[in-house]
Amino acid sequence: MASIVFDNVLVDFPIYNSNTRSLKNKLIQVATGGQLGSDKHGRVVVRALENISFQLKDGDRVGLLGHNGAGKSTLLRLLGGVYEPTFGKSTIIGKIGSLIDISLGIDPETTGRDNIYIRGALLGLTRSQVKVKIDEIIDFSELGDFVDMPLRTYSTGMHMRLAFSVSTIIRPEILLMDEWLSVGDESFQHKVENRLNDLVSSAKILVIASHSKELLLKTCNRLIWLEHGRIKMDGTPETISSAYFGH
Amino acid sequence: MCLKSLKISYTDISNSLKQFHLAALLGWQDVRQRYRRSVLGPFWLTVSMGVMIGTIGIVFGQIFQSPMQDFLPFLSIGLVLWNFISNTLTEGCVGFISSEAIIKQLPIPLFIHILRLIWRNIIIMTHNIVIFPIVLIIYHKEISWIPLISIPGFFLLLLNLIWMVLFLSVLCARYRDLPQIVTSLLLVMFYLTPIMWMPSLLPQQNTNVKLLILNPFFHLMEIVKAPLLGNLPSILNWKVSIMLGVFGWLVTMFMYGHYKRRIAYWL
Repeated sequence: MASIVFDNVLVDFPIYNSNTRSLKNKLIQVATGGQLGSDKHGRVVVRALENISFQLKDGDRVGLLGHNGAGKSTLLRLLGGVYEPTFGKSTIIGKIGSLIDISLGIDPETTGRDNIYIRGALLGLTRSQVKVKIDEIIDFSELGDFVDMPLRTYSTGMHMRLAFSVSTIIRPEILLMDEWLSVGDESFQHKVENRLNDLVSSAKILVIASHSKELLLKTCNRLIWLEHGRIKMDGTPETISSAYFGH
Repeated sequence: MCLKSLKISYTDISNSLKQFHLAALLGWQDVRQRYRRSVLGPFWLTVSMGVMIGTIGIVFGQIFQSPMQDFLPFLSIGLVLWNFISNTLTEGCVGFISSEAIIKQLPIPLFIHILRLIWRNIIIMTHNIVIFPIVLIIYHKEISWIPLISIPGFFLLLLNLIWMVLFLSVLCARYRDLPQIVTSLLLVMFYLTPIMWMPSLLPQQNTNVKLLILNPFFHLMEIVKAPLLGNLPSILNWKVSIMLGVFGWLVTMFMYGHYKRRIAYWL
């Protein structure tokens, strides 16, 4: 049983310019007695999310939409457990799997096979767990003998095939996506589509950020519209998408 | 602040230890990357260490008029150990900074990044330390059971290094000048610690004795170095190392637990 509860979450990113970044300057500040008082640190703060409250439960397929810079990716990162809210409370129950950066940690100098083990380990699988699935991963990627060649010999498409094959081996309870993945040539796309649908249906909660109306209407049963870091609307796909897209 | 911080640190560290295989894999990967497509690979470290020991030994041995059979083993284990300590602490400063990409994408326990760099440096040290038995054999040093004491000594050193690295990683993620300061301090400590010079050569004055006793690195190195050279570390060496470990870990656990949630924002 998975659940996500956000209660009045706020995310502020402090932008450290050279005035506060270096310890030397801070010491000098203290020693000379200057620069006292609030907001005198020369620090700019970017408020990425404000007043974010919602509850997600099993079966929710949530789409995030909004203009560039609205806070979708930041919200996905919060959901992914990478950032903790600056204020407010976020409670996430369930195993999280993110398809946001499927190439993370891949080492171009080593072989495809070694990279499968690396990606697997980063996804939380032990070596033996990866070993059980490795043939399945290699078969899916259709890379054949290339899997024992260094990754730098691959084309971008082959690289993405490998990344996709190994990253989609997990079946998380909470699935996070930033746009639908479209990987490889036409014949591979069929397999990608099937695999992604499989992942989505086995996930208890899905959160996907997208700019595509068709995708959101097809995949989601709830849409959250973000604007300037705040939730503008939260409701059914039909209502929100007609409001957002205007038709 | 107190108990909650401890709980946060403890949870993160224990989760990281459960995923140690990830840290070990990444650490080993780091070493392999450096020596890709080279014939000797990491053993180049052994060769370069050997050359350095030989050269320094010959020159400084003559300057200090120390007999080679005492000075060279002393120097070689000192240099290998100091190399390990200094590299671990220097890389430790950028422990979180260098893993920025992963930290901002995957919710892996942060301590794993610390374990990764420790493991990487241990691997490199084991390649470097090959020089030491060779030096012992060349100078016909006898073997006894005493060197075995260096094993618990090494674990105590490691325990201390780990809290130092964690402490520095957190602090340096926020204050980007600190790595520079640490590098400079380490350079100074290299000269103040008996690595290139034997303590017996120092005139037996009060200030010199204090110089040794107040130097934490002297104690931390002695618990590993002394047994390997056939001597037992003093009770003071053990006391200081243990107390340093206990207080260091206490302070670091509080500090880490308190600031852990801010680290991703600092990067």
